[in-house]
Amino acid sequence: MRFLSILFFFLVSFFGYTQVTITGVISDVNGLPLRDTHVHIANKTTATDANGNYVLSGIPKGKQKLYISYIGYKPIYEIQDISTDMIVNRQLKLDVTKLDDVVIQQVANSKSESSNEQILKSKTIEKFSNQTLGDALKEVSGVSILKTGSTIVKPVINGLHSNRVPIINNNVRLEDQQWGTEHAPNFDINAAGKITVIKGASALQYGGDAIGGIVVIEPELIKKDTLVGKTILNLASNGMGGSLSSSIQKGNRFGWSWNALGTLKYLGDRETPDYVLSNSGNREQNFSGSIRFAKEKYNFNAMYSFYNAQIGIIKASHIGNVNDLYNSINNQQPSYIAPFTYTIAAPKQEVQHHIAKINYQRWLNDNTSLDLQYAFQLNNRLEFDVRRTSTNTDKAALDLQLATHTFLADYKTSVGNWKLKSGINLGYQNNFANPKTGVRPLIPSYDKLDTGLYGIAVYKFNNATSLESGLRYDFSTIEATKYYIKSRWTERGYDAEFSHFIVGEEGNQWLTKPTFNYHNVAANIGWRKQFHHEMEWLVNISLASRNPNPSELFSDGLHHSTGQIELGDLRLKKEQAYKFNTTFKKDWKSLSVQVNPFINRISNFMYLQPIGFETTIRGAFPVWEYKQTEALLTGFDVNAKWTISNHFLHESSLAYVNGQNLSTNVYLIDMPPFVWNNKVQYKNESWFHLVAELKSELVFRQNQVPNYNFETNIIVNNALTPVLIDISSAPKGYHLLHFYSEMTFEINKKNSLTTSFSIQNIANTTYRDYLNRQRFFVDEMGRNVQIQLKFNY
Amino acid sequence: MKNLKLIALLVIPTLFTISCNNDDDNTPVNEEEVITTVTTTLTGGGQTITLTSRDLDGEGPEEPTVTVSGDLVAGRTYTGSTTFLNELANPVDDITAEVEEEGDEHQVFYQLVSSLGTVTYDSENVDVDGRPIGLQFTLVAGTAASTGNLTVTLRHDLNKAATGVAAGNITNAGGSTDVEVVFPIVVVD
Repeated sequence: MRFLSILFFFLVSFFGYTQVTITGVISDVNGLPLRDTHVHIANKTTATDANGNYVLSGIPKGKQKLYISYIGYKPIYEIQDISTDMIVNRQLKLDVTKLDDVVIQQVANSKSESSNEQILKSKTIEKFSNQTLGDALKEVSGVSILKTGSTIVKPVINGLHSNRVPIINNNVRLEDQQWGTEHAPNFDINAAGKITVIKGASALQYGGDAIGGIVVIEPELIKKDTLVGKTILNLASNGMGGSLSSSIQKGNRFGWSWNALGTLKYLGDRETPDYVLSNSGNREQNFSGSIRFAKEKYNFNAMYSFYNAQIGIIKASHIGNVNDLYNSINNQQPSYIAPFTYTIAAPKQEVQHHIAKINYQRWLNDNTSLDLQYAFQLNNRLEFDVRRTSTNTDKAALDLQLATHTFLADYKTSVGNWKLKSGINLGYQNNFANPKTGVRPLIPSYDKLDTGLYGIAVYKFNNATSLESGLRYDFSTIEATKYYIKSRWTERGYDAEFSHFIVGEEGNQWLTKPTFNYHNVAANIGWRKQFHHEMEWLVNISLASRNPNPSELFSDGLHHSTGQIELGDLRLKKEQAYKFNTTFKKDWKSLSVQVNPFINRISNFMYLQPIGFETTIRGAFPVWEYKQTEALLTGFDVNAKWTISNHFLHESSLAYVNGQNLSTNVYLIDMPPFVWNNKVQYKNESWFHLVAELKSELVFRQNQVPNYNFETNIIVNNALTPVLIDISSAPKGYHLLHFYSEMTFEINKKNSLTTSFSIQNIANTTYRDYLNRQRFFVDEMGRNVQIQLKFNY
Repeated sequence: MKNLKLIALLVIPTLFTISCNNDDDNTPVNEEEVITTVTTTLTGGGQTITLTSRDLDGEGPEEPTVTVSGDLVAGRTYTGSTTFLNELANPVDDITAEVEEEGDEHQVFYQLVSSLGTVTYDSENVDVDGRPIGLQFTLVAGTAASTGNLTVTLRHDLNKAATGVAAGNITNAGGSTDVEVVFPIVVVD
């Protein structure tokens, strides 16, 4: 009893006597008061009055967080030791680049209310100026990368990639032949100002087929009347080259504003710790520019971008037949090593992507806007192979030209506690497979029409609780023109089912016009709840549908760039995913933790499975077939951030995916292994804004693999011998250490120079990665020392 | 003014769609890379043995048809030659000449266990660097009756200077495989 009364007394004193009042004035650097500035101390918030004054009472004593922000100014975030009533006056500095961030949040709101959005800001993106979009996205926990060599990098979200992860660039859905695992996103990372990753299909305005997730890229926009420039120079030791990217931007809130960006990249052969990765160089020449005219009630935007890349494919990965594959797997040594060179020979890819768009946005009233957009994309992919005849060496073995037109209309409004978004899209796509290559293309010429209609409603119960729901309908029709070898047509069993597609005959081939229609529904419901200020809970359930892509439907032979026979299936049905996604966020004083478990149940999941081999006159080739199964993906991503002191920070992230093939009761192929990343950062603003980071990347061996090994005969000691081709086992786990440091020198008020020095793979570790298509042939890149100079002017 | 802009926005896409509508090119691909037929002829002691592997659906699912016209006689010396055809092309494309012309980038290999026989390249059939191409060769059948396989391989873009390659050893050759066919052969006493 006595104990209880002490406790009672203690509690009373805690609540009654340890609370104080903070007052102060918030102004800009010239001392002019800022009205309606957001002031947040501990769990109390308020806004300043016309004279910049604020009063916050009931603040508990002790170390408390203080956050002050005002649109267009750099926010102040600090820890205050509060023991008595205090006066806290602060001056806010103008933030040129930050403006758009806040504005977007205000007008367009987040992409999805109830999904956990993870955002990469320009500061992080700039670190990857010399690399690719995929490399930058890997910074987000739960995002891994699927690689072909070291330069073709695709993002994998919660175990899924390619057509399951649409990439939205500047409000245009990237149509760059994303069906291929060796087709990297055709995008210059330097053009991104902000990248948002949504791990689910909840952003219905962009499409109903984001079974894995969605990547939304937005450019940097300045809404202040100013002219700023930025130049980034990168030099890398591995590849003995670098990149130069320069942009200039004229900002304006109203009236005209514009920007232009150019990037050049030039790198030669990469190296592993032990040998040169022959023919792994790459080049890029990119340009983009946009112009904008804005008035109070409307704005008009026009944009054009051009991506032009030449990418070498490691020569040792170009295999003839199963014999070469067996030797590669067993020798663990590439079959071709030559001295370092900048020259890129066959096999290689030459890819060009154009985007042109015009956009018109009109404010019908303070809360309602209408957006109209037309975008045209032209993608040309040339793949050069090692050809049998030297006269063909300069002729592409694959030449696909994909043209996409899209028209969007989006309507947004908010009424009371409701926020509504709805829109339509119309799309027409034409693919042209050039027959003059002398090689049968796996992807046929086709025409595709898409229409979509969506509506999203968000209801805010209060500041802390909101409910979101959306519905989307898509209709899509595709008509292809394809020649099938008659024996393949029969072997696939198409005679009975699809004979009505046959329209002609040419030698040993059928000319067919397969046509398919799809009606898809996507839906989403989600909930966001904030408990106090330190804890937040998000739940999202979504239904997404994805149609089979051209490679899943139509592939019918040897894929020259992979040395395998790939067989599509005209019978494939659309795949449907039900994803449950929840996020818990909890903030303590110096620690914040985010846990994001998910369950993704996918019906008719399409995947490529090795099924054996076929003998041709060139020997035996492994055969991979597109199959459909019932799949279950479960996993979690964890993030933790620990602010140890003013100078030290520790970040940790974990990601785990378990993929089950329910129909055959085995694991799903190509699922990312368990990853644990840790980063320690030291920061000292007073030493030229010094930042130094040491990062550890621990990747465990993927033991959850299906066994698709097969037996074949190869020649050993001049006699045919049966051997087992082990294409299933994953490589060993690995641990890498990376270092990054930077310093910023302010030359004057407007100009600054940031220099950074980084080392990737410090220990020069030899390793192979399960999600690299070239893991059968070569090791991963060794140590890479990079220097970056960034001028802001 | 405002309406004009809206109309322009709606009309431009339509124009683009019409102008960009591709000329539907329905011509089939003329497959230049395919080899459909490999023939190795062995002549000796009044005997002509023809070994043929034919795959008329190219990369299609059908296996090549392999025929061997007769048995080898133990100890006998045969003069051999190999030809490559693309019978899918019209007219039929003789690829042998191509291999010969670009001899420095090609080589034919013959693999069989020594009890079946041994192969040596014809010293006349060489490339510009004096290295064997392998279209002509001599096969000496094994001394006793046996059965086994003869594997004929055509490689291109290989390292012809590598150890053993000039003597017909494929181990260090590298390059990429254009042809790899297996003929079952019988040596009789």
